[in-house]
Amino acid sequence: MMDAPLSPAAQVAAENDMAVSRRSRFLTLPSLFIVFVFGVLPLVLICIYSFLKPYQNGGVVWQFSTDAYLNFLFQRDIFDDTLQFAPDFLIIYGRSIFYALFTTVVCLLLGFPTAYFMATRPPEQRNWWVLLITIPFWSNLLVRTVAIMFIIRDEGLINDLLIYFHIINKPIVMLYTDFAIILGLLYSFLPFMILPLYSSLEKMDFRLVEAGYDLYASRWQVLKRIIIPLAKPGIVAGSLLVFIPALGAYVPPLILGGGRHLMIGDLIAQQFGSGRNWPLGSAQALILMAAVLVALYFYSRNETGPVKHG
Amino acid sequence: MSNSKVAVDVRGASRVFKAPGQEPVAALDNVSVSIKENEFFTLLGPSGCGKTTLLRLIAGFDFPTDGQIMLYGEDIAVLPPYKRPVNTVFQSYALFPHMTVAQNIGFGLEMQGNPKLEIDARVAEMLKLVRMEPMKDRKTSQISGGQQQRVALARALAPKPKVLLLDEPLSALDYKLRKDMQIELKRLQTETGITFIFVTHDQEEALTMSDRIAVMSKGKILQVGSPHDIYDRPAVRFVADFIGETNFLSGAVKSSVKGTSKVKLDCGPEIAASADDGMKSSGKVTVVIRPEHSNLCAVKQGQMKGVLENAVYFGTDTHYHVKLDDGTHFMVRQQNEGGSGQNGFKVGAPVGISIDEGTARILRD
Repeated sequence: MMDAPLSPAAQVAAENDMAVSRRSRFLTLPSLFIVFVFGVLPLVLICIYSFLKPYQNGGVVWQFSTDAYLNFLFQRDIFDDTLQFAPDFLIIYGRSIFYALFTTVVCLLLGFPTAYFMATRPPEQRNWWVLLITIPFWSNLLVRTVAIMFIIRDEGLINDLLIYFHIINKPIVMLYTDFAIILGLLYSFLPFMILPLYSSLEKMDFRLVEAGYDLYASRWQVLKRIIIPLAKPGIVAGSLLVFIPALGAYVPPLILGGGRHLMIGDLIAQQFGSGRNWPLGSAQALILMAAVLVALYFYSRNETGPVKHG
Repeated sequence: MSNSKVAVDVRGASRVFKAPGQEPVAALDNVSVSIKENEFFTLLGPSGCGKTTLLRLIAGFDFPTDGQIMLYGEDIAVLPPYKRPVNTVFQSYALFPHMTVAQNIGFGLEMQGNPKLEIDARVAEMLKLVRMEPMKDRKTSQISGGQQQRVALARALAPKPKVLLLDEPLSALDYKLRKDMQIELKRLQTETGITFIFVTHDQEEALTMSDRIAVMSKGKILQVGSPHDIYDRPAVRFVADFIGETNFLSGAVKSSVKGTSKVKLDCGPEIAASADDGMKSSGKVTVVIRPEHSNLCAVKQGQMKGVLENAVYFGTDTHYHVKLDDGTHFMVRQQNEGGSGQNGFKVGAPVGISIDEGTARILRD
């Protein structure tokens, strides 16, 4: 069969198939170009910078050095030049991971009922709900974060109202606290949890829920054994979409934390700004990326390990 | 039907849907029906007739706006589905895609809180019953439609429900598989001794499997009876029309003796037609005659006369469309005898129609 000469029609069909696949390859070129120039090249650059020495007014001196990575954990004593363990950066990383995890969990708890509500509306209403969820994206994150600041500060809306109604007589300090940062993170990232959850719940066949009830499962059991397992792709996607950007968040901790409780994003920005230590900033960025990749690797291995997805 | 204990007794059940700004719609309108223990009972009707609504009321997915649903003497109308000893086989099977075949079958037993060993034993038993043992560890997406159907059956039967509800379970299968499953379903029902309530719009399915059929239309049950009753003695025009093919002839009753009336048909002849007791014995009536209870013959021998308009060949039989003298259309179905097949009747030629004795019937409307 393989050696038989192709009929003219079969030849045309084969040529057409090849032309189509060639053409579709070309279609990806523009985006590949953008990913390369604005994604891969900067990453390579950061990689190189992290092994160079800082120039005093910013920029780099082209001289190989591992100081940036050493400085991440140690400080060189100015008198005897010995390395001393300095956990300052580690503390910031630890705090960032905690904030990001906390934000992810709360987003999931808040987002799931919301997404479930949206997915169970009549089809013609659902797009309106999706639109409502995306409204925050219509204005700038910075503006919205400043707005939160105005709401929660000592003379802000909440405190003014509480004082006006004599519920309290001294403002509750909310701004520039952990609470403010986490509130900002929650506010910024909740839609990124709701939308993937919604898209997986919306695809779910709700007759499966009826089947669950029919087979003696209570509400709680239906949620645990049927809805949550089926919404898992959405839960995974939403958690990643919240956790990863929350880990590197820059605006909320800067504005709502008042610079007192730094997160990784602010730390890195500082090295490129006032710190004038580009290699250290690059190293910090790469360490963050490595941490996320390692976490993802173990996560995905756990996911696909015991259960084979058919 | 040696056992005549009533399993499900629906008493005056209604389900009215009210949307704001719209007229309330009664999907089910004051329906009463008794379904006996160990019975294969079918709810038959076109889509939108209320058959699925009635099934959902019995299952507990929906609740009646009026009336009672009794299960062995206990009103279950307001119980949630997980508190009813009733299981459903869904139209789309609704198998859990994230579980294996065995996990699906065991789900109900697990939710009831049965011990693990008992569940395993029962699941094995069910797998054997529906002949799915080799597939037990497959995901439900890795088995065929017919196999999914059997798993859905096993899953619903595993917790030993008092009543099994089946919502058009065969409609997604192709013709041959559907035929096999009809026999399989009947076998399962006999073997398990569970009361089956089966919903379908397919009259053939209803006739072949059921002990009794309830024909529904517009939220009401029009007639309940054995397949024979429903087919041979339809009470109203809708039942006669919905089940099988039928000729409707209008006429006037001339005389009536003991359930048999002489009817003068509008197309000419006077024929004998049977009627239920207590039916009107005079005036205008509609008479039904099944196409297979009539035969084409020479014009002289025929009770009715007309012109053969069309002959449609169906393999086992041929349908002859005849235009009667008064303009009404009449269909005759005749078994093919092999050989030439044309039986000597030519399209466009005048023909006579003879009617088998005792098959014409007067409708109650």
